[in-house]
Amino acid sequence: MAAPNRPLSPHLQIYKPQLTSFLSICHRMTGIGLAVGVLFLVCWLSSAATGPESFARIQEFNGSWFGRLLLFGWTFALFYHLCNGIRHLFWDAGKGFEMEIVNRSGVMVLLGAGALTLIAWIWGYSSMGAL
Amino acid sequence: MAEFTLPANSKVRKGKTHAAATGGKNIRKFHVYRWDQDSGENPRTDTYEVDLDDCGPMVLDALIKIKDEVDATLTFRRSCREGVCGSCAMNIDGTNSLACTSFIDEVKGDVKINPLPHMPVIKDLVPDLTNAYAQYTSSQPWLKSESAPPPDKERLQSPEERAKLDGLWECVLCFCCSTSCPSYWWNGDRYLGPATLLQSYRWLADSRDEHTGERLDALEDPFRLYRCHTIMNCTNTCPKHLNPGKAIGEIKKMMVERR
Repeated sequence: MAAPNRPLSPHLQIYKPQLTSFLSICHRMTGIGLAVGVLFLVCWLSSAATGPESFARIQEFNGSWFGRLLLFGWTFALFYHLCNGIRHLFWDAGKGFEMEIVNRSGVMVLLGAGALTLIAWIWGYSSMGAL
Repeated sequence: MAEFTLPANSKVRKGKTHAAATGGKNIRKFHVYRWDQDSGENPRTDTYEVDLDDCGPMVLDALIKIKDEVDATLTFRRSCREGVCGSCAMNIDGTNSLACTSFIDEVKGDVKINPLPHMPVIKDLVPDLTNAYAQYTSSQPWLKSESAPPPDKERLQSPEERAKLDGLWECVLCFCCSTSCPSYWWNGDRYLGPATLLQSYRWLADSRDEHTGERLDALEDPFRLYRCHTIMNCTNTCPKHLNPGKAIGEIKKMMVERR
């Protein structure tokens, strides 16, 4: 019997957004973002090693609104990945699998990452004397 | 590889609308996925208006009413109508559940019904579960032991040993969990999925089973077990309120502990 050309049932198109899968895909995306961020960090450090001129150029980019936006994104990605990584460590230890706790720890990760990001930026701006 | 869009032959078109004949006051719209191999066409979504004053409370009641009174070609699996057979698993209002234990009232607005996600469709709401069943079979879901049982009685367990199987044996193999898992969507050919892994753990946790090592060997694979990224859609959707995510976590722990 020839195999009929069966359609694939809809998946992402119809599945209701879940906190569970949303936080999971965020973990992966922040991980990718941080990998790119590490490349940027290498550029930063190597520009500092090259000389004051190239360092000034990259510092100028960092000071622009787009550079700041990227740095803000990387800060959040770092703290989100850190907090959610700790959540994963609890799961690896076999703890926190009950749905109620999964949802609560997920919200805690989001709030924690947001708070740490804000604290880091307030600290950064105030040490610049901009606040 | 993950393909986020549907293949060309799977794109869902708008279908027919069947108005309620009675003209009752308590009308609810049901948008139901339809596909028929013989039509040679793409899947479509048909809309059925159902008078809820003349219908049982469950989503399955509405489907049976539609099949009996409106459109006999509508095809779906069902048997026990009380959540113990796992036949009527489908995607209801965006999450997977059993139609027989899902109240129509718990859905806000129109009721959208699709087959279990990311599966080949045989007809309408009937997915092809061949791969899922083959994966379940590969877990060798039976007691494996070398020592002979006592001649005069069964293999006994302490109440504590027996209690370890609670939350595992109740699975009805409806595959709601596996088909809610994005990891299973993208790697279902090689990743076993939460339903099979929950059953794998059911035998790993059984004090009478003597093949724990071999069972773990069979699972120690980047795909079969470790495509689980603890997304937890599985536990979120299980209509029997079991916890496949936790069971998979326990298997991963056993892998580490035996080193």
